[in-house]
Amino acid sequence: MADSVKLEEPNTGVEQGRRDFLYIATGAFGALGVGVGVWPLIDQMNPDASVKALASIEVDISTVGEGESLTVNWRGKPVFIRHRTAAEIQASVDTPLSELKDPQTDAERAEKPEWLIMVGVCTHLGCIPLGEAGEYNGWFCPCHNSAYDTAGRIRKGPAPLNMEIPEYEFLSDTKIKIG
Amino acid sequence: MSGHSTYVPKSNAGKWLEERLPIISLMHSAAVSMPNPRNLNYWWVFGGIAMFMLIVQIVTGIILAMHYTPHASMAFNSVEHIMRDVNWGWMLRYTHSNGASMFFIAVYIHILRGMYYGSYKAPREVLWLLGMLIYLLMMATGFMGYVLPWGQMSFWGATVITNFFEVVPFIGDDIRTLLWGGFAVDSPTLNRFFSLHYLLPFVILGVVVLHIWALHVPGSNNPLGIEPKTKQDTMSFHPYFTMKDLYAIVLFAILLFYFVFFNPNFMGHPDNYIPANSLVTPAHIVPEWYYLPFYAIVRAIPDKALGVAGMFGAILIMFVVPWLDTSKVRSAKFRPAYRIFFWIFVVNGLLLGYLGQVNTTDDFLGIHGITNLLISRVGTIYYFGFFVVILPVLGLIEKTKPLPNSISEAVLGVEGAAEEAAEMAVATKAKA
Ligand code: HEM
Ligand code: FES
Repeated sequence: MADSVKLEEPNTGVEQGRRDFLYIATGAFGALGVGVGVWPLIDQMNPDASVKALASIEVDISTVGEGESLTVNWRGKPVFIRHRTAAEIQASVDTPLSELKDPQTDAERAEKPEWLIMVGVCTHLGCIPLGEAGEYNGWFCPCHNSAYDTAGRIRKGPAPLNMEIPEYEFLSDTKIKIG
Repeated sequence: MSGHSTYVPKSNAGKWLEERLPIISLMHSAAVSMPNPRNLNYWWVFGGIAMFMLIVQIVTGIILAMHYTPHASMAFNSVEHIMRDVNWGWMLRYTHSNGASMFFIAVYIHILRGMYYGSYKAPREVLWLLGMLIYLLMMATGFMGYVLPWGQMSFWGATVITNFFEVVPFIGDDIRTLLWGGFAVDSPTLNRFFSLHYLLPFVILGVVVLHIWALHVPGSNNPLGIEPKTKQDTMSFHPYFTMKDLYAIVLFAILLFYFVFFNPNFMGHPDNYIPANSLVTPAHIVPEWYYLPFYAIVRAIPDKALGVAGMFGAILIMFVVPWLDTSKVRSAKFRPAYRIFFWIFVVNGLLLGYLGQVNTTDDFLGIHGITNLLISRVGTIYYFGFFVVILPVLGLIEKTKPLPNSISEAVLGVEGAAEEAAEMAVATKAKA
């Protein structure tokens, strides 16, 4: 078949340039089309509208006395709301930044020093640390022994970062909105 | 597959089909007339056993899926419903959960057999790569299956493992959100894991077909690691190896059903009978036993990103073994030094498995001052050292023992082989 018929190759400059252009343009257009077609197939896996709708919550903190904590569920994760004691705040403020793996001042951690509000998820592999525990009297993650201080900053162990501070605002002295 | 089929269709229907789709002769050449080295020992039965276990998993899994509900609020109860209400549900679930463990046991032995006898060396590299791909897919399937009962270990195992992906530079966060379908492991995660848990075993089945195809081109390796030369060195697959494999499968099934009927939760973790709770992590989380050596490696490395890279690296490095091993001699029978390092590798793997489930800060076996963490580090170093130092260097410096001339000479002795060859020649002449 094809090998018995010898086609004359129109190898002259202009023709060849036009063919290359058509070839590349068709290929590029096809690749773009495949990309556009595949994107919805992947993006469907991202959080859907009903998941995103649960994105913010309001919490009453009037019942949380000094030295007590409250854990609330926000986006399927625990948020620790800790009413810190003066000693805990002092311990955190007194820590030099040079000792921290992920340096942040106490003021950056808590808008009002007595209220520490953070996502209670270990930044190593996502376990939930235990409160008032560990070498720094903050939180201790039993999964792979990460220790956090009284401002939830990472001090020891494999976790790389401080526990995350979510977006929050004080709606009143006793009410906060998270998210 | 490589043209050694002796199948001749007898019926008209058989001839008709053969001309149109030679599928019967294909299967005949793969499972009946395939010449196999006559000296295969019992370490060669684990491929057939693994195939059997894959079928057990698919059959029991499809039935479980008829009764299971992939939703965060119902999954745990639907598994309890399978256990208590569904006719034979307890047996099917225990067969599936213990079957996964037994499947891994068979595959681990199968892989170690390949490493001992050098089965990954030329011309069997593609065979090895396909086997490794199966192993990787099995790890993914087993992990997602373990999430389905939605107990505490399911949930926290899923959390820890999906968090591994966060260390990918730049897009790690996005990958993790994409896997979760939310901001944490939750119902959308469970639902997609179920979908993939159903799919992947069939992908595995497809790769198994390629694996067997890649086996039939060069044929099986054997304990001597030398290629068969004459007809005298081989025997047909059926009935000799079909019967041997079946015998081994029966023994293996007895072991499987010992666990199913008498000790069904031996290889599981009791915390998985506590429903998932996204606000409380169990005090002591461990993965399924077959991931423990790799989990020990993550924990041995103090940095998050390096730890995860080390764990995936430990799996991926096995893919390139054919190119790391520089020795021309296949079988450890003729490699006295390799044999020692191989057995240390096996013991080290078991040790890492043990270390993957104990507290890293405790003393190793109660020896004062030596922590489990320290031993995990030593084990991790040996694990990688075996692949990147021992395999390449040993091949260059090791003095190997002389190889026999042929398989039948090694089996029967020089005289015995000559005698048998003469008998075979007479028999062929008589037939003609
Ligand atoms: C490569 C083969 C497979 C492996 C290694 C595997 C592994 C597992 C594991 C480890 C579990 C958790 C068992 C437990 O602790 O309760 C599981 C559960 C499950 N698997 Fe599979 N599986 C395989 C194939 C399949 C297939 C083909 C299906 C078919 C849809 C399936 C459906 C299920 C279902 C519905 C569950 C949840 C019920 C339960 O937990 O017992 N599996 N699988
Ligand atoms: S998940 Fe917290 S230390 Fe690993």
